[in-house]
Amino acid sequence: MQKEEFTITVYTENHIGLLVRIATMFSRRKINIESLNTSPSEAEGIHRFTIVINEFEEVVRKLARQIEKQVEVLKAYYNTNEEIIWQELALYKVSTDEIAEKAKVERLLREHGARAVVIRKDYTIFETSGHREETDKLVEVLAPYGLIEFVRSARVAIIKASHGFHEKLREFEETEPGEEQIENEFLDKQETVFSM
Amino acid sequence: METLATVQEPSLTKATRTINGSQAVLEAFVAEGVDTIFGYPGGAIMPIYDALYDYHDQLKHILVRHEQGGIHAGQGYARASGRVGVVFGTSGPGATNLVTGLADAMIDSTPLVCITGQVFAHLLGTDAFQEIDVINITTPVTKWNYQVTDATEIPAVLAKAFYIAKTGRPGPVLIDITKNAQLQQFEYEGYKPCSHIRSYRPKPIVRKEYIAQAAELINQAERPFVLFGQGVILGKAEKEFKTFIEKAGIPAAWTVMGLSALETDHPLNVGMLGMHGNYGPNVLTNECDVLIAIGMRFDDRVTGRLDKYAKQAKVIHLDIDPSEIDKNVKATVGVWGDCKETLPLLTKLVESKVYPQWVNRFKEHLEAEVTEVIHDELNPKGEVLTMGEVIRNLNELTGGDAIIVTDVGQHQMVACRYAKFNQSKSNITSGGLGTMGFGLPAAIGAKFGAPDRQVVTIIGDGGFQMTLQELGTIMQNEVDVKILILNNQFLGMVRQWQQLFMDKRYSFVDIASPDYVTLAKAYGIAGQRVNKREDLNGALSAMLNHKGSFLLEVMVGKENNVFPMVPQGCSVSEIRLK
Repeated sequence: MQKEEFTITVYTENHIGLLVRIATMFSRRKINIESLNTSPSEAEGIHRFTIVINEFEEVVRKLARQIEKQVEVLKAYYNTNEEIIWQELALYKVSTDEIAEKAKVERLLREHGARAVVIRKDYTIFETSGHREETDKLVEVLAPYGLIEFVRSARVAIIKASHGFHEKLREFEETEPGEEQIENEFLDKQETVFSM
Repeated sequence: METLATVQEPSLTKATRTINGSQAVLEAFVAEGVDTIFGYPGGAIMPIYDALYDYHDQLKHILVRHEQGGIHAGQGYARASGRVGVVFGTSGPGATNLVTGLADAMIDSTPLVCITGQVFAHLLGTDAFQEIDVINITTPVTKWNYQVTDATEIPAVLAKAFYIAKTGRPGPVLIDITKNAQLQQFEYEGYKPCSHIRSYRPKPIVRKEYIAQAAELINQAERPFVLFGQGVILGKAEKEFKTFIEKAGIPAAWTVMGLSALETDHPLNVGMLGMHGNYGPNVLTNECDVLIAIGMRFDDRVTGRLDKYAKQAKVIHLDIDPSEIDKNVKATVGVWGDCKETLPLLTKLVESKVYPQWVNRFKEHLEAEVTEVIHDELNPKGEVLTMGEVIRNLNELTGGDAIIVTDVGQHQMVACRYAKFNQSKSNITSGGLGTMGFGLPAAIGAKFGAPDRQVVTIIGDGGFQMTLQELGTIMQNEVDVKILILNNQFLGMVRQWQQLFMDKRYSFVDIASPDYVTLAKAYGIAGQRVNKREDLNGALSAMLNHKGSFLLEVMVGKENNVFPMVPQGCSVSEIRLK
């Protein structure tokens, strides 16, 4: 048995503090989170975490159950890379002069499916998405041409066989809509309220 | 300057009335049937305490001496009564002092609702006086926690808190309420108890096919063995459990947390599991052919080495918490569900049987244990008193009807091994977390939770010194608890390990004690100290018959060990008798 990359998809309420509750499930066991994304789901009021870790299947299975046990968690799935479609977005900042000077750079970017998002006099920002190896490869390729800045997003993933659950989720949100989250309305009122 | 406690226009309809957040908290308590609160006031929870002033005829508040004492009392209350324990603490240190008790309640599945005061919402994150991020500190040690910054949330949040704490696998819930929300006036529409949260499934759906599979395994078994834990008590399924083992004729052993779910004298009660458990149940775990675990979680202190644990057996695991099944021991058949529901279904399908030869094997092992360990522990030849004989004498006097609250260490293992119990919810101890200092405050809570019962707390000299400030609580509230200190002048369990596994290098286990009887006297609590056998019985009866609290210190053998013992890293069948 070997450690393997697993993508854990967690459907939750959209509540303050839940991120920590879920994150501690990993840190408590000293498991490094490779990537974590929080996002809305197709059902309004239901939030979705996409978490990538490298672990043994046995560990991930138990972990998913512990996550699902949390009061505000609706469902936790774990999948191997074969069972999902995933992408990560990457942004690259490159000197515009460099690109203008060397036609090769333009060609390299095109070859890697990158698209210019912003073009300014001093720099250009390219965007690409794909698997980690692909976005990493472009970093490597751009390095000799003065890559100024690079950032990559967390993984977002869709489970190939999610049809059944998707139907249920919609139905669920319709019959029992989520509660509205109450945020702190007083943080900017420090000087106007009485306190002691 | 405006105040956050803005007064709203009073409502004209009779359906609502204007109250503040603090009153809403107490209204929730009254509606939930809370009768006792254990707590300690402070700046950030003062509005709630102010409201409490007007509720004192409906809600009893016990002023403890330290928030840790408060929460352990809440735990003792919950464990003795089967209801939710309620605890108050202020912000900052008040909240951090609750953490040990929350962790203890979390690992031992004790239903608690803790309310902490918090600084004003606008001060959150400013390092205000007594501000601490209690939500993030307590996240890993609560079943659920929530911060309230607006009073209108309070009724629904409190309803959720009680519902979450007591349903499913119970656990502690902490609600942090900012001071502005406590003061804020709002239109109160009454309290609606919570009975459903969309993302929370307290009980998994019972799958009848697994019950059928489990019954089939049991019916084919030749040497079936039942292990039961606190799940039977928490599920209030003692009767269903007994009916099941009696019909199926299966010998049953308990975890420390399951103790008292089945009376000690029951013919199928074969004793205690685990590190200091009985010889038979440990050895025969590795000889049974079907192992039926009910409401227990295969803690490492129960299983010893997992790769040599019951490998020959088919395992049936009944638990309300799906994440417990296959967590430590792989189940052949996992039966998810509340054992109050699953046990009767299983009982219906199992054949009525007896296993005289198999049950006899437990008896044979017990005889060996009596010869090697128990006889001398309960009837020592030497002059020095043993912990075991103190418990034996206590059994004779209580008849097994008392609630026994223990602390943590050697005395705890001895008390669990030898104390006699006739009814459930009678053994209150810190099982999972092993919190020294649990005993005294938990006993206070137990007395409030079961006021008609005799409460005896057995504590070591180490653990007693961790929370002895709660003698003040006993004094002020005239709590009738009997405190039995078994003093071996050592941190005995650690010393035992140092003796057995660390070459007798007694590193910082030699602990001095104050004069406990004089200390008790300072608190107005009667006391006695015993170091001779001839005085023991008289002193124990004096303690039990005394009107009000009593402290009895019994000097026991300094270097006595608890046996049998499954040494760490060993299999349960490698249990040592000496």
